[in-house]
Amino acid sequence: MSVIAVRNLHKSYGATPVLRGVDLTVAKGETVCVIGPSGSGKSTLLQCLNGLEPFESGEVIVAGQHIGWGSGGARIPERQMTLARRRIGIVFQQFNLFPHMTALANVMEAPVQVLKRPRAVVEAEARALLARVGLAHKAGAYPADLSGGQQQRVAIARALAMQPEVMLFDEVTSALDPELVGEVLAVMRGLAAEGMTMLVVTHEMGFAREAADRVIFMDGGLVVEQGPPAEVLGRPREARTREFLGRVLRPESIEA
Amino acid sequence: MDFEWSLFVESLPALARGAATTAELAFVSICGGLVLGLMGGLARVSGIVALNAFALACVTLLRGVPLLVTMLFFYYGLPSLGLLLEAKTVAILALSLTNGAYVTEIVRAGIQSIDRGQMRAARSLGMGWALAMRRIVLPQALRRVLPPIGNEAITLLKNTALVSVIAIPDLLRAGTDIMTWQANTFSPFAGVALMYLMMTLPLVWLVARLESRWRVA
Repeated sequence: MSVIAVRNLHKSYGATPVLRGVDLTVAKGETVCVIGPSGSGKSTLLQCLNGLEPFESGEVIVAGQHIGWGSGGARIPERQMTLARRRIGIVFQQFNLFPHMTALANVMEAPVQVLKRPRAVVEAEARALLARVGLAHKAGAYPADLSGGQQQRVAIARALAMQPEVMLFDEVTSALDPELVGEVLAVMRGLAAEGMTMLVVTHEMGFAREAADRVIFMDGGLVVEQGPPAEVLGRPREARTREFLGRVLRPESIEA
Repeated sequence: MDFEWSLFVESLPALARGAATTAELAFVSICGGLVLGLMGGLARVSGIVALNAFALACVTLLRGVPLLVTMLFFYYGLPSLGLLLEAKTVAILALSLTNGAYVTEIVRAGIQSIDRGQMRAARSLGMGWALAMRRIVLPQALRRVLPPIGNEAITLLKNTALVSVIAIPDLLRAGTDIMTWQANTFSPFAGVALMYLMMTLPLVWLVARLESRWRVA
């Protein structure tokens, strides 16, 4: 059973097409990494999946709910999209923590305000989530007092607090100093190992190789190639994939 | 026209009565302006075209017409349309609306200054627009615009001096009355100036206090 099913997704910014008929499925418990050059549309794809970005056409079903357009082609009302987003966790490149709230309050906010669950229960869960991302001792800290890596881990905990069926990661380590990338990837590896369904747009080839069940290579608004990481990253079939991997991996191979 | 200490002291009780009226007008109008400004600012960013256009039209009109003219229009103009309002009501209406227009634009700018990622993050957690605005965007925006809103409150307090033209016995009017029958300008007006200053100081203090308490950590 697929948690994410995308068929023939088209989106453009004005006259510029960004997604040109993307097909994609993610099965329950699967971790899928999306790689590709900047401008390939992979981030936009992710934003379409929870309806934050409107798109022109295509069928998108996430966590059992139609996003953007219904099966009959009718626009899904905003109210219904808001409900759908409860089941879809997303973590952003720029963290986007709420700066006027402590780490704990950030994690508690949506379960208390959106789901109207009792504060005491939510707080216990939120503290457990902060512990899970290694930040139990920072519950009372404000985002400004946390490092980028810590902020991103709070952001992951905040998304998990809604107990989503699927987690979307939008280049979550791209804004981090290199030495802080590892702590965030470690949390994500843990999630993947526990069976969370994850779609991860990333530039971290190491993470894709180790943690992904499947790697998707996108270019020019299309899925060019996909398969197990060993195949797509190790023996790419498509010339565009080889060229991209060559550009991305060459600096590492020179160092090694 | 020398400063006469005795006249200055004698005029204080009458001035204090005028100051009470000024304070009352200012307090009610500042509150009214804040409520109107908050609603106006939200209308401006609501994304609802008609609401935004209406708010913008009101702001343009109220900012473009001198407060004195607005007040005189309400006082002398509305009765001819069959709407007879008490002088104090007219004053509060004109002051609140004009202040609300300025606060509207301050609130709008404050909301728009908050990173769009905040709204996106809130919406992606399942919050509706209104909830995200109330819990996430507005608290940050209002902290940011506290200083200019404080400025507007002080401006409003001083603008209440205009109500003397529609025969409200405010602080300025009390001063001019004393000046007329004592034939001395300097002494009562020293008292008038002092009392305006004394009323703005608590406002300045209040804004400073709120600013330090609401500082984003």
